Amino acid sequence: MNNSAIIEIRELRKVYRIGQVDVPALRGVDLDVQPGEFLSIVGPSGSGKSTLFHIIGGLTPPTAGEVKVGGQDLAALSDAGRTRMRRRTVGFVFQKFNLLPNLTARDNIAVAHYIAGLGTHPDAEFDEVLRLLGIASRLDHKPNALSGGEQQRVAIARAIVNRPAILLADEPTGNLDSENSNAVLEVLRDLNRRLGQTVLMITHNPEAAAFGHSTVHMRDGRIIDRTNTTS
Amino acid sequence: MTGKLVLENLKNRPLRSLLSILLIGVPVTLILTLVGLTQGMLIDKQNGQRGVGADIIIRGSTVSSVISFSGASIPAGMVDKVQQQPHVKLAMGVINHPIELPLFITGMDEARFNQMSGGFTFDEGGPLAGPDDILVDRLYAAQRHVRLGQTLKLMNHDWRVVGVIEPGKMARLVVQMRTLQELDAATGKLGQIYVTVDQPSHLNLVVEELRGLLKNYPVNTMDDYTAMYNVNQIPAIKEFTVVVAAIGVVIGVAVVWLSMYMVVLQRTREIGILKALGASKAFILAIILIEATLLGVGGTILGIVFSYGAQWLIRTLVPASFQMAIVYAWWPRVAAITLAAAILGALYPGLSAARQDPIEALAYE
Repeated sequence: MNNSAIIEIRELRKVYRIGQVDVPALRGVDLDVQPGEFLSIVGPSGSGKSTLFHIIGGLTPPTAGEVKVGGQDLAALSDAGRTRMRRRTVGFVFQKFNLLPNLTARDNIAVAHYIAGLGTHPDAEFDEVLRLLGIASRLDHKPNALSGGEQQRVAIARAIVNRPAILLADEPTGNLDSENSNAVLEVLRDLNRRLGQTVLMITHNPEAAAFGHSTVHMRDGRIIDRTNTTS
Repeated sequence: MTGKLVLENLKNRPLRSLLSILLIGVPVTLILTLVGLTQGMLIDKQNGQRGVGADIIIRGSTVSSVISFSGASIPAGMVDKVQQQPHVKLAMGVINHPIELPLFITGMDEARFNQMSGGFTFDEGGPLAGPDDILVDRLYAAQRHVRLGQTLKLMNHDWRVVGVIEPGKMARLVVQMRTLQELDAATGKLGQIYVTVDQPSHLNLVVEELRGLLKNYPVNTMDDYTAMYNVNQIPAIKEFTVVVAAIGVVIGVAVVWLSMYMVVLQRTREIGILKALGASKAFILAIILIEATLLGVGGTILGIVFSYGAQWLIRTLVPASFQMAIVYAWWPRVAAITLAAAILGALYPGLSAARQDPIEALAYE
């Protein structure tokens, strides 16, 4: 094991039971991610990208193998333990933004801060992050009054408001046009460069993947290749 | 923040929220109306009896409950016998005939009644003059659109309305005693006797004397008698109230259950988002329970407001037959019943929301 890695995965397997059939989603994944790394994960549908993402994010337990995130062994955590881990260790950004539609952008960010037990008001330093994301003037609007790009930037703000060790972005540009996609990817790269935020990003788009330091290729539940980006 | 989440959820589904509150409010109104009717009618009867101005009441030997009247089972001659007892100032017999319940016609000797009570206050017209004359009180006149001088057919008999009286003294409909006795084939018989004593200090003494004299007839001071006008003395009313309250609980549970079940279905994705953010099962359950509690509070308030509406309707449509009181003591009870029903109804949807798998919830369309 690499002791400095923020994510350490060995022989990770995940099997879903669908009806009476066992469906293997991950068939032995090994992966290390260093703090401050921006890693892209690419692969065809059904290759296991999302399952890997869900296990690292503590949304589902592994079937076998070892997964350590920020030093915590996820296989040893109960459901409640994984719930607690999600509050501060990881932040999620989804393809469909997944903002709470009844709350303003400000409250969508505040609710994550509140659930983490940190109160409803992020500290003043976070205002700088909001300016970096370009949403400081849009915070009192509800999601239906925001563009897709703005919604995704609010989702990013929500994901990092608790200063998580890892930001997990699942197809963050999948629902955006190229202009907004670029803006969101720039934001992710900025966060990584300026704040040292570790980012794992699933994408189908090779151009988007190129924003990361390295790219992991998955197929049939396995990592088949890891390449460094030359940019 | 929890409160804001709940309030925004309620605000964003206004029709569902209002419909739920309305459906919860209806059984609240039913319970308050039933209790209010029971209390209101007891208070009205109590006031009517107190309005006679008597100190003692003697009821017939065939009386079946503590507050009811008997048929005409008291010989009319007993009035004179009572009148002759020491310290008795005045004895007056009356006879009652039920028409459409809860209304009665009362036959009385108006001269003695005037002596005992100070007489009726007339809105219109004057006292009984002939055997077919009838006095109606203001409420009956309003309910039946009765006017002075018109003929009123009651007990298959034509009565001439000679006076409209202020309510609150013994009866809504008053006729001469002899006519009512004849119509009821009860000539020489009475339903009850009212007695006044010469001094208040002699009241208990007179009651004891009369109890000794009239062994089979219930004899009570008016204070004791009117104090018996309470819910516990009316057969089956408590059980009936419990049944209506139970129906209210069942409706409340069903409404909240359905409503919150729909909420959980509609917000599956939102629940998934909250779980992805690290919301605990308790947090998710709390949101659902708080929302149900607010619906319960809204339903209780609406039910109370509607109970005033029910009172207005009863006063407008049937002021003589029914009286409804607003029973404040039942507000906290009905609130407790409703909130318990709301929480019970929200428990299953809340627990199923709390148990949702975050990945499946996030994938929900």
